[in-house]
Parts: sequence; C-alpha cells; structure tokens
Amino acid sequence: MLNRATAGPTMALLEIRNITRRFGKLEAVKDVSLDIEAGEFFTLLGPSGCGKTTILRMIAGFDEPDAGALFLDGQPLAGIPPERRPVHTVFQSYALFPHLTVAGNIAFPLEMAGRGRDEIRRRTGETLALVHLEDKGDAFPHELSGGQKQRVALARGLVNKPRLLLLDEPLGALDAKLRERMQGELIALQREVGVTFVFVTHAQQEALALSHRIAVMNEGRIEQLDVPEVLYSAPRNRFVADFIGTINLIAADVVEATRHGLRLAAPGLGEIAAPPVAAVAAGSHGALALRPEHLRIAADTGRAGLKNHFAGTVGEYLFLGDVTVYKVRLDNGLLLEALATNAGPGRASFHEIGARVRVEWRHDAGVFLEH
Amino acid sequence: MRRGFWLWAAALATYAFLYVPLAVVVLFSFNDSELNASWVGFTTRWYGKLLGDADLLQAAANSLLIAIVSSTIATILGTMAGIALHRWRPRFLPFLVLTPVAMPEILLGVSLLLFFRQVLDLTLGLFSILAAHITFSIGFVAIIIRARLAGMDESIFEAARDLGATPWRTFVRVTFPLILPGIVAGFLMSFTLSIDDFVITFFVAGVGVTTLPLQIYSMIKVAVTPEVNAISTLLMALTLTLIALASRFAPDALRKSA
Amino acid sequence: MPGSSSNTERAGRLTRWLVTAPPAAFLVVFFLLPALIMAAASFREPGEFGGLAPLAAGGMNLDAYRFIVDDPIYAWILAKSFAVAGLTTLICLLLAYPLAMRIVRSPRRRRDLLVLLVILPFASNFLIRIYAWMIILGPLGLLYSPVAVLAGMVYVHLPFMILPLYTNLEKHDPALLEAAQDLGAGRWARFWRVTWPLSLPGVLSGSALVFIPVLGMFAVPELLGGTGDLLIGNLIKEQFLDNRDWPLGAALSLVLTAAVLAVAGLSAALTRNRGQA
Repeated sequence: MLNRATAGPTMALLEIRNITRRFGKLEAVKDVSLDIEAGEFFTLLGPSGCGKTTILRMIAGFDEPDAGALFLDGQPLAGIPPERRPVHTVFQSYALFPHLTVAGNIAFPLEMAGRGRDEIRRRTGETLALVHLEDKGDAFPHELSGGQKQRVALARGLVNKPRLLLLDEPLGALDAKLRERMQGELIALQREVGVTFVFVTHAQQEALALSHRIAVMNEGRIEQLDVPEVLYSAPRNRFVADFIGTINLIAADVVEATRHGLRLAAPGLGEIAAPPVAAVAAGSHGALALRPEHLRIAADTGRAGLKNHFAGTVGEYLFLGDVTVYKVRLDNGLLLEALATNAGPGRASFHEIGARVRVEWRHDAGVFLEH
Repeated sequence: MRRGFWLWAAALATYAFLYVPLAVVVLFSFNDSELNASWVGFTTRWYGKLLGDADLLQAAANSLLIAIVSSTIATILGTMAGIALHRWRPRFLPFLVLTPVAMPEILLGVSLLLFFRQVLDLTLGLFSILAAHITFSIGFVAIIIRARLAGMDESIFEAARDLGATPWRTFVRVTFPLILPGIVAGFLMSFTLSIDDFVITFFVAGVGVTTLPLQIYSMIKVAVTPEVNAISTLLMALTLTLIALASRFAPDALRKSA
Repeated sequence: MPGSSSNTERAGRLTRWLVTAPPAAFLVVFFLLPALIMAAASFREPGEFGGLAPLAAGGMNLDAYRFIVDDPIYAWILAKSFAVAGLTTLICLLLAYPLAMRIVRSPRRRRDLLVLLVILPFASNFLIRIYAWMIILGPLGLLYSPVAVLAGMVYVHLPFMILPLYTNLEKHDPALLEAAQDLGAGRWARFWRVTWPLSLPGVLSGSALVFIPVLGMFAVPELLGGTGDLLIGNLIKEQFLDNRDWPLGAALSLVLTAAVLAVAGLSAALTRNRGQA
C-alpha cells in the first residue's frame, strides 16, 4: 500500500486552526478550524462563494490566511511556497501542459523533485496503469476526451506520492453518466492508493457518495462536519438539512420532551411523535425535518398504518423511473414531498392529481431542529 | 444560390484587385524592353543587371544585416513586453509599446531624426536605423506574444508551481515552450517589417547608408525601368516566404495584430 | 498579508522589474523622448543652415504655429488629407466587406488559406505596391492624378480593413441570422438589421487602421500624384528634408498628431458606446 499515514495517533495529517481570509470587505473564510486525518477522503461541500475553494488554495499555498495557521504533519505551512509543499492539486480545468505528452505531464512533478530517469520511467508507467491509460502515454492532451484528461490530471497529482491531493470540483465538466462512472473510479483509486484526498464540490450527492467525512460550509463557516450518514439523517440546522438532499420542514412546538421521544404540536395539523433530541425542553419552537423517503402515501381509506398520519390532496407527481415523487398538500395547507418506489409488479400505478391520500410516517422518523 | 454568386464575384474581383498589379510587376520583370509599356519578349537580363549593380547589392546587404540585428533585439525586448503586458498589465506600458505601431510612420521618423541630430548630434547611419527599426518592431512582437499568452489556460502556470516547479523553472519548462511559436512568428514579422521599411528609414538613414527600399525609391524617382521590377520580384519572393512561415507558427496572432 | 512570504514577494517584484524595465526603457528613450523633444522643437527658431537655432540665440515662441494658422493653405492641405483619408477608408470598406463575408462563409479549413491570400500581397514592399500602380496607370495616362493617389492609398491599406472585419464577422453566431429569417426578415433586412450592426466594431477598427496611416502618407502622393496633390505628410517631409525648417516641420507634426489622436479617440469612444469591443 502506498503512503499510509505516518502521522502519530494523536496528530492529524492536516490541522487548520482558526483561519480567516478577507478580500477587501468580504470575509470569505471566517475562523475555520478542522482536522483532516491521514488516508481519508475529506470533502468541503457548499454553495458557490462559501469559501471552500479559498481554503483549498490556502492549503496548496496559493493564498495565505489573514489570521490563524495551517499545520501539515505538525509543521506550520506559513511562508512555504506552493512548489515546496508536499501537496498537489487537480485543477477544475485539469491544467494539463499542452506541449507535453501524457507521459510528459505525469513525469513533470518527478522531474521537479529531481528523480532519476529510470525511476521516472518506472513510476510514470505504474501510474498510467493505475488510471487505465497505459496506451495513451504518447498522446497529447488535446487528443484526449474529458474523462481521459481528468485521469491524467489525477495521475499527475498522485505520481509524486504527496501527503495530500486537493481536488477542485474536478467532475464539473463531465456529463452525467461519465460523472457517475468517474465517481466510482475516484473512490476505488483513493482506497487503493491511500493518499489523503481533500475534495471540493457543490454537488451534495457527489459528496455523500465519495467521502469519509464532509464539512458543509456556508458563507465562510462550517455548518456541520460529520460522516455522510449522520449529515443526512441528523442535520444540525436548517441550512444543512436543506442543502443535503430534499427535506420537508414542519413547524412545530415541543409539548413534552423525554428520553424516549418528543411530543410535538404542529399548528393546523395536530400532534406528532418524534425521536428524542438532547437539550430540547418543552416549549421550544422549531421544525421537524423529514426526508421524502420517510413519508408513506396511501389512499385515504379508513385504517391508518403508522403513528403520524395526516390527510391531504395530491398536488402533482413526477415519475422518475425508479421512484415517483409526490407533492401532497395537507389539509392545513402545508406542502410535503414524498417518495414512493415503483417496485411493484407490472406497470407503476399512481395516485392521480386531486386524489385524497393519507401521508404517514413512523414515530422515530425525522429530526427536530430547534430555531 | 444567386446571392452566393454575386458575393463570390465581388470577392474574386477584390482578390484580382489585390494581385493583378503585383502580377504585372513580376511579369514585366521578364519583359525584353526598356519600357514597362507593352510585352516584347522573355528575358532574364534585368536580373543579370541587378547582380552588376554594386549600389543595389550593398543596399541589400545593409538591409539584411539591419533586419537580422534589429529583429533579434526587437524579439527579445518584445517578448519581455508581451509577457509584462499579459501578466502584470502595468498602466503605462500599453501606451509605450503599442503607440509606435498605431501612429503614422512619418511621425516616428521625424521625431527620431530630430532626436538623433539635435540632441545626440549623432551622424545618421546604421545605428540610427537599427534603433528606429527596433522601436516599431517591439510592439508587433509584444502583440503576438500577448495574444498567445491570452489564449492559454491560466491554471497551467499554477499547476506547474503546484507540482514543484519554482517560478524560474515554470518559465523554462512551461511558459517558454508554449510561447516559442509566438517568438518565432514575432521574429519573422520583425524581419519582414525591417526589410520592407521605407518611411522611417527614409528619415533616419542619412547620406551614408542605404537600404533596399531606399535604393528602390531612388531608382523609381530616376526612371521606371524593368530593373526595378526585377528587384521588386525578388524582394516579394523573400517576404512572401517569411510571412508564409510566420503564419505557420502563429496563425491567429497575425490576424489579431492587424 | 503576513510578512512571512516576503521572500517570494520580493523575488516576484524583482522579476516583474527585470522583465518590464528593458523594453520600457528602450521605448522611453527612442519613442517617448523624441516625441517630447519634437513638441519642444516646435516652439524654437529655425537655425541658420537648417535644423534648430541654439536656445540662447532663438528662444521659444509660437512663430511656427502662427505661420500655420495665418496661411490658409495649411488648413486646406489638412482638409484635403482628411478627405483623401475618408475616401480611401470608404472605398476600402466597400471592397473589403464582400470579401470578408465571402471568406467567413467558406468552410473552416479553406478560411485560413483565403486569409493568407489576403495577407500575402501585404508581404510585398510598400514601394513595390505603389510602383505597380505607376506602371499600370502610366500607359493609361492616369498617372499624376487624384485617381492615381486614391488607387495607391486604397491598394496599400486594403489588407488593414479586411483583417479586422474578417475577425469580427467570423465571430457572428449563425443562429442569429436563422432566427431573423424565421421571424420573417428577407435577405436585405437580415444584412442591414443583423449583420451590419454586429459588424460595426470591426468596421470601426478597420477604419481606424486605414484612416490614421493614410493621414500621414507622403510616398503615395509624391510618386503617384506628382507635385500637384500635396498632403500634410508631404509638407512635413519637405520641412524636415528639403527646406530644413525644423520648427515648422515639428509644428506640422504636432498638428498631425493631434488629428490622429482625435480620430483614435473618436473611434475608441464609438466602440465603447456600442458595448462590444
């Protein structure tokens, strides 16, 4: 295995401590701290302008923080120019050298590091094989497809075995199918090579699929840093809940809070049972966040199945092939989005527009977010 | 498509307008007659006469020497200017570099004449011609280099540094190879401009030195003989080759420089 | 920014200086300085045997300018130069436009060749191009006439109009014309309402590249126009080389410079107004 973490058990590979970066009056990065562990696939996720690319550039050395510091393997990075940092970047536009062949591009960092000719040839060959481009060594960048260029950029960044590989929205220029395939290849590559990846993207589904851990950023701050499953099922605030996937938010007040669960009162709807949340007391205002797949839709006939159930009318539905998304307007006016799989035998059947349906969910589904 | 026809006809007419006069010059250089009036017969004696014309040969040698020296220096300075214009955009530089290209040549010529004679009290000759040629060529080279740099993905230079290259090595291994075609095109452009220049050279050459265009000018003023056609044809062949070569190296840069 | 990266910053600033200074210095000495000196020279007295009189003897005055302003012939010649420049620009435009359009309509691969064919005549020495017209117009008896001067001016400057026009027309989105046709515009309307307005920046740019050099030309009027059709360029040449009245020549040069700046400024303003450069 290449390059498993050499940092000690108590020291993270990259430590970012309270960094702030200002451009004129705009604070692009506000007092951000985080640790990146060796060997992990770490993602900075957020909308454009949230500061994720600025942080990436500061790690690479193209920018310096106005306050705070970065440490790699315990050593401060301040003042060290990009060419001397053991950190390489995969640029959004790939930035392949047009006058060098694929092999020449990949060999470049090795030449800069002063490696011998034989070693360069060997390692270039190995890395070419790693990204499945063995027969493209003598081609020039302009002869390659988008996906191939991407792989060359990856190979070039990895061949020198950097401590960190930074990826700045590398899949942005690819079409949907290719993007999906490259995501799979990226995961496999990272697991195989073991290099620590720091990935920047605004595509939340991509982040969820690829990462060990994700830092969700907004306006220069980290909103939540967690593993994907936790971010998805237990968002800490409305921004994270809304940014990751689709979310339904039902305004409610806490009537009773025990360690077994919460009893919520939603205006116009009635009582809702919700899973327990620590540090929330009766009388708190907030909203219950529910993922569409937690909601079940059934025709509004007699017997209810789950604890929480409310009646409504189907506003519209979108057939997406594997699932159908229903937008249901509850009787109090609230619009909920529910997901129904089309796994039944034969053709999918739909609740038509205007049909009366019952929307229901389990007593332990969703998470209450306090305002 | 009837409309297509008229457009083609107009285009062809313009091409004819461009080429027929030059074709006439070339044709009559082989005309066996003192006058450029009507075709008498085929001969190459005018070319022979050129070889015996010592003044003309000296002028040609001067032109060549001046062109080589001035283009070399202009290419070096112009490349630096082009890089500076692209990378740092200093406020005063575009004015300094591009105005000599844009303004009427006569202004540059007379101001240099004034400068050399009045201020430096320099005898006009090779040096003054060299300085003049370099001055207007720098701009052309800079334009070509700047166009070449502008067409490149900026992140390449950052990528080089990211992968371990110091700024100097970035220039040597990435920037320079990529602008090299532009440098070659710039050199060829300067060379052509220098060989062909008439107006500015006219003012700064003084009495001692002639260049090919100046010599052609005196020949024209004296008499219109086929000897002039012959030297013109040769000169055209030379510059034609140079421009064709230059366009191979930097095709869009030439268009942008116009 | 914290001072820790000052070494790289200093190296960066040194590089910038090293690269910018040599060409800048050369141009200051051989372009800017002469220009300023010429401006100063226009206020001096002519020397006894030509050139400039020493400062002590002659002092500075506005004699040269007064001379120009007093004698109406200078205004007349300036006006004539503008007229010739304007006419040349117009004729160049009429000849260049169809050609540029034709090249743009050709398949991509042939375009570079066609453009090269436009540039190649430009490769011939400018005197040769004038000479060609001398031998064509001579037998026709049209030599030493305004027609000859115009023909020469147009011939020498035509490529300067063709190239910017072509560069502009090449960038036009063909979908725009299709949309116009779809919405009911006929051939002439499509040209006049879509192609022509979009091509204006190229037209302006080409016009400036023709108008300005023509203003300063002296060789064409001299060789093709004989002694009759003097333009301002000829006057300047006369003063500097024949009469050796350098202050007058300098003053005339400044007048020409002012005219050129006015035209360039107008062209830049018009291009800026259109919002597409």
